[in-house]
Amino acid sequence: MQYIDDFRNARIAKQLAKKITTTVIQNRKYQIMEFCGGHTHALHRYGLLKLLPPQIEMIHGPGCPVCVLAIARIDQAIALSQQPDIIFCSYGDMLRVPGTKQQSLLQAKANGADVRMVYSIDDALQLARKNQQKKIIFFAIGFETTTPPTAVAIKIAAKENLKNFSVFCNHVLTPAAMRAILHTSSEEKPVVVNGFIGPAHVSTVIGYQAYADIARDFQKPIVISGFEPLDLLQSIYQLIELINAANPIVKNQFTRAVTATGNQLAQSYITEVFSLLDQFEWRGLGLIPYSALKIRPEFSSFDAEKLFPLHIEPSEEHRACICGSILRGSAKPFDCKLFATVCTPENPLGACMVSSEGACAAYYTYDRLAYVKQIKTTKA
Amino acid sequence: MSNKLKPRKLDLKSGRINLTHGSGGKAMTDLIQQLFLPAFNNPLLMQQHDSTCVPYSNRNIVVATDSYVVSPLFFPGGNIGDLAVNGTINDLAMSGAMPLYLTVSFILEEGFALSVLNVIVKSMATAAKKANIQIISGDTKVVEKNKGDGVYITTTGIGSKTINFDIHSSRIKIGDRIIISGSIGEHGIAVLSQRENLQLDSKLQSDTIALHSLVQSMLMLGPELHCLRDPTRGGVAAVLNEIAQSAEVGVLIDEVTLPIQDNVRSACEIFGLDPLHVANEGKLIAFCSEAAANDLLSIMQQHPFGQKAAIIGEVIADPYCFVQLKTSFGGERIIDWISGEQLPRIC
Amino acid sequence: MCLALPVKLIARDECDRGIIEVGGVTREISLALVPDAVIGDYVILHVGYALTKLNEVEAQKTIALFNQMLDEN
Repeated sequence: MQYIDDFRNARIAKQLAKKITTTVIQNRKYQIMEFCGGHTHALHRYGLLKLLPPQIEMIHGPGCPVCVLAIARIDQAIALSQQPDIIFCSYGDMLRVPGTKQQSLLQAKANGADVRMVYSIDDALQLARKNQQKKIIFFAIGFETTTPPTAVAIKIAAKENLKNFSVFCNHVLTPAAMRAILHTSSEEKPVVVNGFIGPAHVSTVIGYQAYADIARDFQKPIVISGFEPLDLLQSIYQLIELINAANPIVKNQFTRAVTATGNQLAQSYITEVFSLLDQFEWRGLGLIPYSALKIRPEFSSFDAEKLFPLHIEPSEEHRACICGSILRGSAKPFDCKLFATVCTPENPLGACMVSSEGACAAYYTYDRLAYVKQIKTTKA
Repeated sequence: MSNKLKPRKLDLKSGRINLTHGSGGKAMTDLIQQLFLPAFNNPLLMQQHDSTCVPYSNRNIVVATDSYVVSPLFFPGGNIGDLAVNGTINDLAMSGAMPLYLTVSFILEEGFALSVLNVIVKSMATAAKKANIQIISGDTKVVEKNKGDGVYITTTGIGSKTINFDIHSSRIKIGDRIIISGSIGEHGIAVLSQRENLQLDSKLQSDTIALHSLVQSMLMLGPELHCLRDPTRGGVAAVLNEIAQSAEVGVLIDEVTLPIQDNVRSACEIFGLDPLHVANEGKLIAFCSEAAANDLLSIMQQHPFGQKAAIIGEVIADPYCFVQLKTSFGGERIIDWISGEQLPRIC
Repeated sequence: MCLALPVKLIARDECDRGIIEVGGVTREISLALVPDAVIGDYVILHVGYALTKLNEVEAQKTIALFNQMLDEN
């Protein structure tokens, strides 16, 4: 595959790993947060963590929109799907996430709701065109990568006067979440994230300048990394150099797809269709101001929350769940009592286990052996 | 004056199943006489009793049964009928048995088009003929509209095992080599690409095929061949994890040795799927002694269904029974069972 | 939200619909976010939409940098 395989060469990976090992300062610890869930997945899928020297600790950030969606929003999605004459469309990632009482969209489907998995919001638009007698609701989630397609789809629906199409909007913002983590870590618990590996595809939309304020305000370097394993290794190398030099700037490793200002057309569509919510609840992180989007009044006829107002009870997390600390980087999945015992990908109790990008799910799926060995050693 | 009723000719072009086709009466007889029997035609079947007598000798009789509920019914490279024949033949073959007979039972949905059923049944007949097995008994039921998915098929296979050693996970030893008979993930992606919402044009065909002739040639290796499994639902990952648990061993797979076609790889990339979790219908995984691995590989590669066979890993000691993958980066991770149903991801 | 990959645009119409190809697989996608993409361009595909064009000059630079590491050894 062109422009994919070139960035997966194992021999080059070894060279990059060597460079990283010779660049870390021997008795120093580096805590690096890769913000994006896709990067978390890539680190584990390619077994990159084993290639890094012991001085580096990768902390898995909250850039997983499935993980950080509040349970009450999932309950609302399920309730929407159960309204009469609804076809409820969702990306695959969300179908298995349990809401309160462990119900999920997949279970709602088994109980008779018309829930359909789609790859693209365009498929939901097409369903609306073909099923005039039904109301189609699209479950919109995601960071700035997925927001522009939703904006385009709403504009198309407006142009075509598709009266039976609406969106349940849960789009969230990356810089706001990064600030929230650093803000907490500097005021409350002394979590020291030395630097960030910034998201790949979000950055193609928002541009790397969008992170400049954060780097400056919190004095942490950020390297925007491509999605392939060589990109990640090179980005980690570049970040180590910046940390060593105490140089809190934003650097762009993903030069083939990310520019300073990003895709301005996509950004204009976002601002045309959406505005900022005062605050939004993030699972594990609490309320974060100006971190999520709502549909503008001009497009309110496509806003599922306005069209189908429902009362949803607020929900509570499991008492022993420490996802909040894990999302901030102050705890690891192995630290959690529930990890791999009661809380598993089949029965996820918290944010970090519900999606394959979550820290706990990634560890469980790819690195559980290390955990098991650790437990046996501790017990011995 | 004869008591024999004149058979009514089935309208195979535009006729439809209705509830009477399953009620045991005239309509069902017409369906059997005009659709099933001509396709599966053989003397044993023509006995037309509730059960069928087969010649018995001092052999081990091997039996397997499986149900087929695939949706969509038709996909590139085949249909539910092909799976129903080849799948159960393969179950028998995984014990080292020579498949001899199949029984088949159909659950048909009211309103299902006879023309479509005819295509499926003809496919089954072709697959059976190709595999040199006979369909010798059958059953038909009809359910009301919306209570079925067009058609469900259950086949039970009977085979005979003449070798004097077992092919079973209990024979697996530390150090055994693991060989796959060809490239992985084709069937699952072929089916997925047909799903309305995914609209993928991959030119990929399901790999559905009967593997018993490949297995027969592999049996020439003798008792150095320890175990065979076919990685259907849940893919290679499911089989390896099952073996690890039942044989109480660990497994180590080398990612660079896994044969995967480019278009399977790409489709998996687009949808965020792991090829190790994708279903196969024409591949097998063999476990054999280290010493005999190269010989077995050679045997397989000389067979038309094993040309792309490759040694992909080995059985290791592991008290925790994990399946591990050495990544192309020299990194490590585990290969887990697929969690729930495999759904395309966006992130 | 990062499951995106570079794909090649092999056909397009005037209404911002295009067909892409990657590793032998083709699919129809939307070019609404990159309306000036032309046949032969590489774009980043995510949930059925092209998000941005791939800068092939920069891509080659990065590849060359990586390949240099092999020679260094």
